[in-house]
Amino acid sequence: MADLTAGPMTTAEIRAEYDTMTRRKRLYGGIMLVLFVAMMMAGFRTADGRNAGSFRDGITHVFDYPAEVLSEAGEKLALLPGHLVTFFPALIETLNIAAASTLVGLVFGTLLSLLSTRGMARWPAFIPLFRRIMDICRAIPEIVIALVLIFLLGGGPVPAMIAIAIHTAGALGKLFSEVNENASLKPVEGLESAGASWGQRMWLGVIPQVGPNYVSYALLRFEINIRASAILGFVGAGGIGYELKNAMSWGQGRYDEAAAIFLLLFITITLVDQISSGMRDRLIHGAKA
Amino acid sequence: MTYLDAEFCPVAAKRDMDHLFWKKKLWSFALPALVLVYLAYVFVAFDMAGLWQRVSLQNAQTLVSDTYSYKTHVTRDNRNGEVSVAIEGERKGAYPKGESPAWVTLGATSVIDLEQGHEVRFGPESIEYAIPGYGLVRATPSRSKGVQAELPPGEVPDWISVSKNRLAVKTDAGRLTVTRNRSEVFRYFTGWELFFFTLDSPYHGLGLVELAQRAATGEAGAIFNDFWTNKMWRHQDVAWAIVETLLMAFLGTIGAGIIALPLAFLAARNFAPLGALRFAMRRVFDFLRGVDSLIWTVVLARAFGPGPLTGALAILVTDTGTFGKIFSEALENVDDKQIEGITSTGAKPAQRYRFGVIPQITPVLLSQLLYFLESNTRSATIIGAITGGGIGLLLTQAIITQKDWEEVAYYIVLIILMVMMMDWLSGWLRRRLIKGEGGKAKRRGSAAGKPFVLP
Repeated sequence: MADLTAGPMTTAEIRAEYDTMTRRKRLYGGIMLVLFVAMMMAGFRTADGRNAGSFRDGITHVFDYPAEVLSEAGEKLALLPGHLVTFFPALIETLNIAAASTLVGLVFGTLLSLLSTRGMARWPAFIPLFRRIMDICRAIPEIVIALVLIFLLGGGPVPAMIAIAIHTAGALGKLFSEVNENASLKPVEGLESAGASWGQRMWLGVIPQVGPNYVSYALLRFEINIRASAILGFVGAGGIGYELKNAMSWGQGRYDEAAAIFLLLFITITLVDQISSGMRDRLIHGAKA
Repeated sequence: MTYLDAEFCPVAAKRDMDHLFWKKKLWSFALPALVLVYLAYVFVAFDMAGLWQRVSLQNAQTLVSDTYSYKTHVTRDNRNGEVSVAIEGERKGAYPKGESPAWVTLGATSVIDLEQGHEVRFGPESIEYAIPGYGLVRATPSRSKGVQAELPPGEVPDWISVSKNRLAVKTDAGRLTVTRNRSEVFRYFTGWELFFFTLDSPYHGLGLVELAQRAATGEAGAIFNDFWTNKMWRHQDVAWAIVETLLMAFLGTIGAGIIALPLAFLAARNFAPLGALRFAMRRVFDFLRGVDSLIWTVVLARAFGPGPLTGALAILVTDTGTFGKIFSEALENVDDKQIEGITSTGAKPAQRYRFGVIPQITPVLLSQLLYFLESNTRSATIIGAITGGGIGLLLTQAIITQKDWEEVAYYIVLIILMVMMMDWLSGWLRRRLIKGEGGKAKRRGSAAGKPFVLP
């Protein structure tokens, strides 16, 4: 800002300049804030207008449905353990979908990330291609692939598994390539000088360095995939989501079952969340030590 | 592990090393083996072996061919002899009465030219299909005797199926089906017909140059209107659906950020002196996150009905929990020295937060918000499919009909483009806004740039 050729500025000048700068900054900040608030308001009004029920009418009824479910579940409290046992296999299916898709996604994500990291890629010329593949895998919402596959393969866990695995491969691939960039290339060079193949270089030179980070990200992904597989069940791909949809569409009379499913899902998600965050802490901590 | 004794014994050292190697080998084989065993179990549990019988190749073929081609139906009502032409057999794509594309000649005997020498004639009494290299297939439908088919002598090829009430011929040029009540010819074309204008628009079938000329002479509004209100592809509805989806993501993410920030102060160890309150806040966050967005969607849909507001609120509630957790962790990592410095100038508490704390967490906060904005665009598509709003709903509706696969392909392309655009936008904003903080971005680079793996 200050022009050095004009000689030293007086304190008053510096002060005046600082004040104008602050004022301008505040003005810009204010304008941004007003614009932002206006956008939020307009967005809210649009969403409210296009919704079936309005916000003002609905807000007082938010707890009606949970209250109904809970009161019916409360009346039939004795049946609850039975329901928990009944829906346990469905929960296992949901967990299996999540676990299998995480594993498959982990394998493909690892491959994609290794193929698209400079210095490790098998075919350096194709790095942009593999990056684009990852981007596209990541951009497709699971539900899109799942619905199309349900049409082709019929309902069941496999469409959901494939759909989640594709998305997981893309998402993990991106995170893994960030991890790879921080890995040392020296072991890879050493192995190369000893005549190791690409697979050996990656398996023995890179994976031991990045393994803990990979597993930590994969655990986090597993958590997310449980939620995703529950949602996909809701649109027809087996598991606890499907049972929830059935219990829900039946409406009153089977709310106790819905409550049991809610409970199972909540306990599972919270439990996996706690366990995986503990494991991730240990993994990353152990890697540093 | 191994450590050196006072008296070094090579034999013992070797034994130790062998033991270590053995253990490592065991690990490196046991782990993949365990994974394989698990995958084998899943293979059985999901009945993958039986999957191949359930794969519907027919469906796959319809899906793939439908995404890049369309068919025009020429239908003759056998009860009154009326012939109509419609794209995809839909009323929205029907040619006006008495009009037809160039390859169909309407008359007492309607001639349908399927090219490559294939020709179908809808006569007053019978339907004839001249197939080069095979001969003439004639079918006479009548109410009393069903469909009487006359084929060239010899064995009936497998692309023709004949029964008492039905004749179906399937060739590369097209398809003919004759039943008692109607005769129908399908001719396949590549492309998405009527994408820009439907048949009732005067602009249908005009070239780009012609359109540009007409637009220049003052018809731009009418041209746009015909495109915008296209009944077949519903560009207006699709545009609104995308806006709704983006709106859900935007309102949900930003709203969650606004609500979570003050709550995060209550859950951070260094800002909330009251242990019980902190504990309670954390359990609230865990609860919001643990009750999955699926359940929130279901519950909120009951109160607010289907639509974008419900989706936005579902995202808002779930993400309040996530943001609360992330923000409170960020708050616990702030540097106390800056706050002390501000305090030493005699700042009031509000000023301490404004100038001592907020600038420190802004990079983390903004980058997480932007990451979630992008990932919530995807979630909003999924939630939209459940609550009934946005592009997710259009997609599920199109898939449920099981025939509008070209629309499904169109929506999928739009969704991918939308998500990639949001990905790019969020990355760009992240770079702009966080780099804008100057040197600070470098120092906090590791914290701000580290993505919290996205749902």
